[in-house]
Amino acid sequence: MLTFIAQRLAGAVLVVTGVISIVFLLIHFIPGDPVEVMLGEAASSADREALRVTLGLDQPIMTQFLRYLDGLLHLDLGTSLYSRRPVTDLLQERLPATLILAAVTLCITLLLSVPLGVIAAVRRDSLWDTGAMTFSMLGVSIPNFWLGPLLILVFSLWLGWTPVSGREGFGSVLLPAFTLGTGLAAVLSRMVRSSMLEVLGEDYLRTARAKGLPTRRILLQHALRNALLPVITLIGLQLGALLAGAVITETVFSWPGVGLLTIEAIQSRDYPVVQACVLLISVSYVFINLLTDIAYAWADPRIRLGSGG
Amino acid sequence: MRVWLPACILGGWTLLALGAYLLPLTPNLIHLEQILTPPGQGAWLGYDDLGRDIIPRLLVGAQTSLLVALWVVGLSSLLGTLIGTVSAYQGGLWDKVLVQLVDIFLAFPGILLAIALAGLLGAGIGNVIIALTTVGWVGYARLSRAQVLSLKHREHVMAAQALGSGKLRIMTRHLLPLMAAPLIIEATFGIAAVVIAEAGLSFLGLGVQPPEASWGAMIRDGTRYMLVAPHLVLAPGVAIFAVVVSVNLLGDRLRDILDSRTITNKDRNP
Repeated sequence: MLTFIAQRLAGAVLVVTGVISIVFLLIHFIPGDPVEVMLGEAASSADREALRVTLGLDQPIMTQFLRYLDGLLHLDLGTSLYSRRPVTDLLQERLPATLILAAVTLCITLLLSVPLGVIAAVRRDSLWDTGAMTFSMLGVSIPNFWLGPLLILVFSLWLGWTPVSGREGFGSVLLPAFTLGTGLAAVLSRMVRSSMLEVLGEDYLRTARAKGLPTRRILLQHALRNALLPVITLIGLQLGALLAGAVITETVFSWPGVGLLTIEAIQSRDYPVVQACVLLISVSYVFINLLTDIAYAWADPRIRLGSGG
Repeated sequence: MRVWLPACILGGWTLLALGAYLLPLTPNLIHLEQILTPPGQGAWLGYDDLGRDIIPRLLVGAQTSLLVALWVVGLSSLLGTLIGTVSAYQGGLWDKVLVQLVDIFLAFPGILLAIALAGLLGAGIGNVIIALTTVGWVGYARLSRAQVLSLKHREHVMAAQALGSGKLRIMTRHLLPLMAAPLIIEATFGIAAVVIAEAGLSFLGLGVQPPEASWGAMIRDGTRYMLVAPHLVLAPGVAIFAVVVSVNLLGDRLRDILDSRTITNKDRNP
């Protein structure tokens, strides 16, 4: 198990280094002179030179990269060009909102997808199954930036149940979380269904049935626990999609999280903040996947023994 | 029904998008007296916040999304397949580098990297295509690499090698035809993903520049007038949704037909 964790950790470090390099290089993708793009054409050459020195763009690229790495090690992500505040402070302000949104989304997703998937598998080819799979197909296909406005239209404007946008009270998290969770729930319910179907055909379930266990106990204790194993991995992978989807969903609902910060920073051409947001979201994604891998290996010995642990 | 309806919707999308080049459309013509007029006679889908007829804008939006989808899926499948196939067939250091590179690109969740790239490159349809292709090639590279790794030790490839066929010939004549099915399935679902991604970037204001029309930008403009004119958000949303559902349904069918593995699985547990 320890060897397995060490291997995965080494891989993650390599990937994170690559992610940092790409995020660092992003600013060099800007066509032409980034300083000119940031300040506009009217800026004086003294201002340009000052910004160039602030961003370290007057240094050779290797020096810039080493400086960037050095800053990261000290949790120094630079200063916002727009608000002149340390980027770390901005992220700290916005992170709780995103975490709350992600947590509520995950709860809604699980509450929706697990029962749907189980019912669809148990009553295979019934109306339940068709209904659940239709929901899944529609949920995968509906874009966040359309579902969000539709939910606002129905629940905020027509019914008046929830606030339109922003973050005030508990009710305000529901619509964004539901918007973000639908796609995820659609993918997961499909996975729960197929994984349940596979487990339901196993011999140990026939044994459980043969010895007269009640159906509920068979389904919940024997089938679901085993069926959920592969689902864990998928949740880990999909959490990344959730983080990226948060960028759009937070914009729809003006939810003051890291995603909205990313878009605000892009619009105000605040490059250090854009870099920091992309870095934060991607690195959290890498770590979520690392944790999922480890959790999966811990739960299923075949994985960790299979890879030489 | 399960194939006909989606096929008709996709056919309609393509026809309308191509037809938009031929029709004398005036998507940017402003009727000041018609601002936010709901659907009715004369304009089936109503007018937007600047008094522009929504139907021609929807058609131009269809053009934008089709153009971006074809370019991005075409470029990234070509690029990804080329890189993945050559790397897997050659093996060695390049292959190791590719695997690392793919892992790094996959560490950026969803279209986050495309959002950042499009934001930095600036708005415009060309930049959208560049940003989405930068993110898109990875999936095809990974898929074709996995395919080649499992195919390159097959007997017919060894026979070709023994007969002295060149690497290029083996890759194009003996490997590519066997890899085509999964790649076509991936590309089909890729169209749905790109349509959503383009609309998403335009929704965020990072796609096409106004006054050019895009479904995503139309939704973005419409959200400001939702209480008075919900039709602004509904029309482009239904268009995106219909296209994406159709592509996904057809993709599922295509997978059932092309991918023999799923069929045998189904046969095994009836």
